[in-house]
Amino acid sequence: MPSMTGAELLIRLLERQEITTVAGIPGGTNLPIYDALGRSSRIRHVLARHEQGAAFMAQGMARSTGKPAVCMATSGPGATNLLTAIADAKLDSVPIVCITGQVPLGLVGTDAFQEMDIYGMSIPVTKHNYLVRSARELLHVIPEAFRIAASGRPGPVLVDIPKDIQCQSVTFDMLPAPGTPETSPDPDIDQLNRAAEMISRSRKPILYLGGGVTQSGASETSTRLAEKNTLPSVMTLMGLGAMPHGHPLSLGMLGMHAAKHTNLALQECDLLIAAGVRFDDRATGRLEEFCPDADIIHIDIDPSELGKLKTDCVGIVCDVKTALEHLLANVQDKQRGEWVDRIATLKRDFPALLPETASPLSPYGLVRHAAEYVGPDAIVTTDVGQHQMRAAQAYPVTRARQFLTSGGLGTMGFGLPAAIGAALAHPDRSVICFTGDGSLLMNIQELATAAEHNLNIKIVLADNQALGLVQQQQELFYENRKFASSYGNALDFITIAKGFGIASADLAYSEDPASDLRDILGSNGPALIRIPVNAAENVYPMVPPGAANTTMIEGAAND
Amino acid sequence: MISLENRVVLELNVNNHPGVMSHVCGLFARRAFNVEAILVLPLGGGETSRIQLLVNADQRLDQMVKQAEKLRDVHEVQVKEAAGSSFERMVQENSAA
Repeated sequence: MPSMTGAELLIRLLERQEITTVAGIPGGTNLPIYDALGRSSRIRHVLARHEQGAAFMAQGMARSTGKPAVCMATSGPGATNLLTAIADAKLDSVPIVCITGQVPLGLVGTDAFQEMDIYGMSIPVTKHNYLVRSARELLHVIPEAFRIAASGRPGPVLVDIPKDIQCQSVTFDMLPAPGTPETSPDPDIDQLNRAAEMISRSRKPILYLGGGVTQSGASETSTRLAEKNTLPSVMTLMGLGAMPHGHPLSLGMLGMHAAKHTNLALQECDLLIAAGVRFDDRATGRLEEFCPDADIIHIDIDPSELGKLKTDCVGIVCDVKTALEHLLANVQDKQRGEWVDRIATLKRDFPALLPETASPLSPYGLVRHAAEYVGPDAIVTTDVGQHQMRAAQAYPVTRARQFLTSGGLGTMGFGLPAAIGAALAHPDRSVICFTGDGSLLMNIQELATAAEHNLNIKIVLADNQALGLVQQQQELFYENRKFASSYGNALDFITIAKGFGIASADLAYSEDPASDLRDILGSNGPALIRIPVNAAENVYPMVPPGAANTTMIEGAAND
Repeated sequence: MISLENRVVLELNVNNHPGVMSHVCGLFARRAFNVEAILVLPLGGGETSRIQLLVNADQRLDQMVKQAEKLRDVHEVQVKEAAGSSFERMVQENSAA
């Protein structure tokens, strides 16, 4: 009978889950785990510079592959530093497994050094969590943690393991099978048939695609469904890539920063087919006025999403791909000439105006130029703010799991460590991270991790020396009283990059910025490109928070 | 004396370990759904427990039931009438005293 310590068993179980990369930081209470990890020949450890960075690296791996990824931290501050990134994973349904050290079981509850109740603290931000009370429990807890993280609507799981449990020896007959996702429940065929009939009867349908389409691997199915029945399609921020950019039926992103024609088309639709979405307020605007004339079909694998905000829907609890495949088989080929014409008119009358895309030094131009130079195989991450919305509006996202962004929680500091995670999981691809100076500063220490592993990450920094989206709201909704939203001192990001050992280019001083941008994006290894942008330039159109999506503030370019 | 009018009992069958009450009570707290009264008893060999929660029967109840069902330590959720429940007896005993 095999006998090993809890720590050795944990590492063995992670190996059996086919985990090959773990991001983390060691400390007093997870040293037995690190001692066992150091002896693993199958798992590579990536030492983050801050635990939040480690958890976002796991997110970058998980978001880009769709498979659960692992991060580790010690007890107390190590564990609490994970929490923001775990909350981020909860809101965007990202499968990560976080393994924290804890003080020995006998000291739990004594306010011991670096003791913190991470089990209690992580309840609201995890899908499930564990405090392991014996090494033997690991035999079922670890496979179960992976099963829960990846099943149904994915999410983060935290496993807290006291130090003495890591050292406890355990004997067992055989190792358990690795945890794999549960099969999704069978759909209600009657409801699906009813949905297919509603689609056939509708005159002005719109397909509304969210992160659940990506999660279930349904983007091809949804595109084929849209093409067969001629369904104009909108995407949420999390759904970008579900239908390729430039597809004739794509209306791009809906909501607060959508093109005007997109929100106006939704206003006119008579049927909304919502797939893997949660009617987030940034997407719907004022909910009572969202798609006022439409019947709604809502497909989601999470029963609690159905009827949560929109109550009068035909709700279908089902894996999105399974549901869309059924609809694809049961809807007619249809042309919908009148509706397509109407959409074309809206597109012509209210086009998406992205100003100055010809210049690589403009906020939209830097997105378009960078996209062209890195090509369609690149993975994109963003931070949070104006640059994020501009990337969402302007980047030609052509496939699911290409555009990684913090949607639900909107966490500044996401972009760089998520890019590191994506690069670790995809060494064959280049990764581009759009960021702003405010966001980059929130996890800038991970430049060291990127440099250490010579990862192929290009950080495109739109530097406005301000919290741009905050300033935008202060200008528009607080009578232009800008307060605490600009940085009083300019930072020298080029010297900072140099200090971390990272190549850089400051396009402010470039004679041929397009050429310099192309060159540095084509280089190997990490690089930082700084592009100064004007803090006074806002992101438009913009629906004021709480207003209906038809209330769009437009900038000068839209006049 | 508390009223049972417009109130129902949520009966949850749950795993019995030290974190379960945190999971259940935390869910109601963070969704700002007040729990008026609570009863917990271990079942059988003590591996599972039954939690009874006296709550308002407002329009968010359905969402609360769905959320409670999502908790991994919760095996089953039933909505029962407050009349005839243990809470009714406790209310009567309290008012008598």
